[in-house]
Amino acid sequence: MSAPADSPGAEHSSLRAVEVMAQTDTVGWMTGLRTMWRVTKMAGETPWQVVFALVSTLFAASLQILIPRLLGHAVDQTQTALTGSIEAAEAALWATAVLVLAVSTLRGIFATLQNYFSESVGHYSGYRLRMQFYDKIQHLSFGFHDSIHSGDLITLGLLDLEGARMFFSTGLVRFVLLFILIGVGGYWLISIDIWLGLLALSFVPYVGWESSVSQLKLRGTWLVLQERLDVLSRVMEENLAGIRVVRAFSAQDHERAKFHRASVSALDLAYERVDIRVKSTASMTLSFFVAMGLVLLVGGMKVQAGTITVGTLASFLTFMTILQMPVRQLGMLVNSVARTSTCGARLFALLDLEPAVSDRPGAPVLKVSDGTLRFEDVSFAYPSAPDQDVLQGITFTAKKGETIGLIGPQGSGKTTIAQLIPRFYDVTRGRITLDGQDIRDVTLKSLRQNVAVVSQDVFMFTTTMENNIAYGNPWAPEEKIEAASDAAQLHGYIDGLPERYRTVVGERGASLSGGQRQRMSIARSLILTPAVLVFDDSTAAIDARTEARIFDAIRAQAADRVTVLVAHRLNTLMHADRILVLDMGRIVEQGTHDELLALNGKYRELYDLQHRSYGDRP
Amino acid sequence: MSSAGEAETERNDVREDGRRPPRAVVGSHRIKEEIFGRAFDARIMSRIWGFVRPYRRQFIISVVAVLIFTLTQLAIPLVIRSAIDDGLLAADGRAALIRATVLFGVIILINFGASYVQERVVGRVAENVLFDIREAMFSHLQSVSQSFMDKTEVGRLMSRLQGDVNSMQEFLETSVISVGDLVLLFGIVFCMLWLNWELGLLTLSILPVLFIVRLIWLPKARVVFIEAHEANSVTSGALAEAIHGVRTVQGMTRQTVNLRLYDDKATTNLKAQLRSARYAQVLVPIVDALTGLAMAMVVVVGGQMVLNQSLDVGVMVAFLFFIQRFFDPIRSLTMQYSVMQRAMASGQRLTEVLDVPVSVTDAAGAVALEPDAPGSVEFRNVSFRYNPEQPVLRNVSFYVKPGETVALVGPTGSGKSSVMSLIHRFYDVQEGAVLVGGVDVRQVTQESLGQQIAMVLQEPFLFTGTVMENIRYNKASATDAEVMDAARAVGAHDLIMRLPQGYGTKLTERGANLSMGQRQLLSFARALVADAKILVLDEATSSIDSYTEQQIQKALVTLLKGRTGLVIAHRLATIRNADRIMVLQAGELIEQGTHDELLAADGRYAQLYKASHASFDDVE
Repeated sequence: MSAPADSPGAEHSSLRAVEVMAQTDTVGWMTGLRTMWRVTKMAGETPWQVVFALVSTLFAASLQILIPRLLGHAVDQTQTALTGSIEAAEAALWATAVLVLAVSTLRGIFATLQNYFSESVGHYSGYRLRMQFYDKIQHLSFGFHDSIHSGDLITLGLLDLEGARMFFSTGLVRFVLLFILIGVGGYWLISIDIWLGLLALSFVPYVGWESSVSQLKLRGTWLVLQERLDVLSRVMEENLAGIRVVRAFSAQDHERAKFHRASVSALDLAYERVDIRVKSTASMTLSFFVAMGLVLLVGGMKVQAGTITVGTLASFLTFMTILQMPVRQLGMLVNSVARTSTCGARLFALLDLEPAVSDRPGAPVLKVSDGTLRFEDVSFAYPSAPDQDVLQGITFTAKKGETIGLIGPQGSGKTTIAQLIPRFYDVTRGRITLDGQDIRDVTLKSLRQNVAVVSQDVFMFTTTMENNIAYGNPWAPEEKIEAASDAAQLHGYIDGLPERYRTVVGERGASLSGGQRQRMSIARSLILTPAVLVFDDSTAAIDARTEARIFDAIRAQAADRVTVLVAHRLNTLMHADRILVLDMGRIVEQGTHDELLALNGKYRELYDLQHRSYGDRP
Repeated sequence: MSSAGEAETERNDVREDGRRPPRAVVGSHRIKEEIFGRAFDARIMSRIWGFVRPYRRQFIISVVAVLIFTLTQLAIPLVIRSAIDDGLLAADGRAALIRATVLFGVIILINFGASYVQERVVGRVAENVLFDIREAMFSHLQSVSQSFMDKTEVGRLMSRLQGDVNSMQEFLETSVISVGDLVLLFGIVFCMLWLNWELGLLTLSILPVLFIVRLIWLPKARVVFIEAHEANSVTSGALAEAIHGVRTVQGMTRQTVNLRLYDDKATTNLKAQLRSARYAQVLVPIVDALTGLAMAMVVVVGGQMVLNQSLDVGVMVAFLFFIQRFFDPIRSLTMQYSVMQRAMASGQRLTEVLDVPVSVTDAAGAVALEPDAPGSVEFRNVSFRYNPEQPVLRNVSFYVKPGETVALVGPTGSGKSSVMSLIHRFYDVQEGAVLVGGVDVRQVTQESLGQQIAMVLQEPFLFTGTVMENIRYNKASATDAEVMDAARAVGAHDLIMRLPQGYGTKLTERGANLSMGQRQLLSFARALVADAKILVLDEATSSIDSYTEQQIQKALVTLLKGRTGLVIAHRLATIRNADRIMVLQAGELIEQGTHDELLAADGRYAQLYKASHASFDDVE
């Protein structure tokens, strides 16, 4: 990482990469070639398996070509015997039979090795790509994750990764196989009889072309079909999740019509795909049989004229049968190249991203002693809208033991401040320090271990309650977990579940309400012993009394840390040591509750608003 | 406070001694469902047939086509045989060769036609049936009882609608092809015995061996394949979790631990995939060797018979052709067994959903509720329970006049939401009656009832689509101007105009791009557009910013103007502005009156009022 992590350049390039990852199906020639080369190189990481796979392919294909020749010999051996000695013919037949058995068995063995090793190369590549992908996802900054839909990332990590890892077996090995079968086999046919050989191979160009064209068409429609099926699933999922709304508005017929429309549009495309597939397979089979019929006719005449033997004709026909399947796979080969270049390009674009927020080289670990948090003239704009300052010149200091309240209307920048402290984003101007150290100069890990944010949206992992609470510290002893959940007012609920702390979230009636999820998130943060604890409007769904109990519990330990509190309810904030009133990204007022009330400004306005009912309006 | 160095070892690292964090997993706990059922279940087959029936003509056409197709496949080696024996080796075979070639041409044309018809018809029918099943399920779920929907997880239903329907499609497509395979297999046996029964019997002796080898292999391989599939899903699930939960992972610095745990899953998956690849390949040399053996037998025995002139050489060639086709039908037939088992298990689950009873239906002589019926709501001695042990409402009676606003208060679990649901007849009462506009709700059609009632639920639920579509929802007759008027009336117009494309702005993932308060305002506008006489509203409990809160309170006044209103109220302001307050406790209506009357009565309400200042929630 040469460029400073917080330079606008890094963010910029990450945004371009996101565009590359958009689900398009066209990739420039150069990118395509570079991607293919990288995918091919990837296979080289298991060199022995690659060698085994290629050598086995070579043997398997060569042995397969031998079989029609042997069978042709056998047929001829029965014919030459009409003029020669029967005993010699019988001996020759026995020899051929033994060879047929041996060659077939050996071909089977080599084919097995070929398939196994080429697949295993793909599986090993897949394993490495998965690990790289997972690692990358975990480290890319919030700015990146904001800019990309999670569904697209999942597609990237499952389907695109699959496309890239399969290239060795579906592309390279198949290419070698086809090359030998068509090249060597074709050479052999032509060397026996040039015109009959060409006739026997005449179906190859057509089938190769047709299968390639139809595979590419199918690929194109497949992507569209997936989109339409996604729409269908979404309609269904929303309908089921919002079934009460549907029923409340008696909108069942409306919903049925919506589903039907989505369904018909997907069905039309499914029809189209059936047609493409059927047309190409039927015409490919026909072209193959036409070639076979011509070989039969022309070859038959040649046999009658005595230029070739019956056995040769039989071996021509047998070889054609063997060639038929692999030639049809030419289309899959073309498809594999197309798929790999697009999937690979998207995948590598992601893997090559440098996280916009990362450790400086040689960054030291954060040292916490007096635990003072300081914002120094901080301005900030989100990477997605670099010209729009969300925060402007924010300056404040919070000492250990202090509680700072943040309040202000929607969009005033409260949440942004909460997210800057653990460095989910980097400030665009000014700096944030913890204990005098710029948070960009210490390791991210040590910073985040000392800053816990209880956020608005809580992600629940589908595991036990205790695993969820101990998420930030999986080594936490049971007492600590119970203490945290008790402070978050969650213990009573969990204690009443069938398997208490071992109950899996989401199973057997243990689905949590919005308020319970927020309490879970609070418990999660209390497990850690952070120097800074940030509540980002994390009690909105919790009723006022429970909230008060939670804050009582938290206040008991607040002496050891800085607490930052973002909230809408004034009751929540009233007891803060200092309240910052934000508006349009600036601090417009600050002071204690009483000071601010006396100021008769924005805070007062808010206070009046909350203590007046709509009917009492003048 | 511990130093950061200590924290390092105390927390997020997988420890040096290799000990695993005791409470850490990634992406565990998946819904597991039975993959295989019995191979054949007559009841389920008849249900499946019910979906195929509308396409039975096409179905029969495709079966006929597949039979013709198979016959042409069988005929080709026979034609080659006759070309060799009658054309090439006969004294004057030119005419016979041309005859055979012409015959060959005719057969391949028939083959072309049959394969085209068969694949096209089968493909289309399978797609059709697939979409029909999906629509049938979707449609059914719209009218099944609300209690079923309450109990069932959306994820589980979705997997049925997707995965299970797909395995039905696979089954439909392959079963027609299996008919062809079966005929092909018997056809090959018949042709070989017919051409030369001695040589035929000899070579066919490998057929049972092929079958047995395949049958021994199949159950073992299947276990391995399922394991591989399972391992792959688990790994994918863990990845999806990492993506969805990335903010928590980073906030809690779990990256190192998670990567280690993910490595375990990915490694297990790698091993399972490799094992599955081995199992998939292990049969290849055996099959090749057996095929080779059969060919060798034809070469030696058939060759000698040709030498003895007891067999035509063309027959020998035909035999070689047939042998090469031996294994294909056996492979797909044995595979069909698994396909059928899968289809039966899926069919079982699909029928379970399709058979969920529709408990609330229009009565036989249900009439439409008159549009000009008065907007009154009455409960007459209503008792209601979701299940026999738990009574939710006990003998509740009240009458709400047209135009009156009633606030419903009471602790969590007192039955407030059930009252709301019963007005709209989400459930049927066990005793007593619910009357809307003076008519028992069970005697009117559900649709006409729905038109009289607008509901605002506690959690505002929005659909993917534009703001305009969301507010209009199913009131197709509402013009754009009417939608905007409604939005203005509830004070949502300005916030909508501030969105990037105004009313044309697409809401992502259920309105995730809006704040909670904004979503509530939109759901108010939606209820206003519905323009019903009766409004049933469950006030949101979560706190939202004061400005929006203020707008919501104003909007509420607009919404209730000129309507009969039943509001589950949490905010004191809302309660005080109601015409009447009803207090529910443990399923019984214990008090009613105005705010002042109830305070004067000094009963439960007065108690609740004193105990809480701005909120009535969770007061026990």
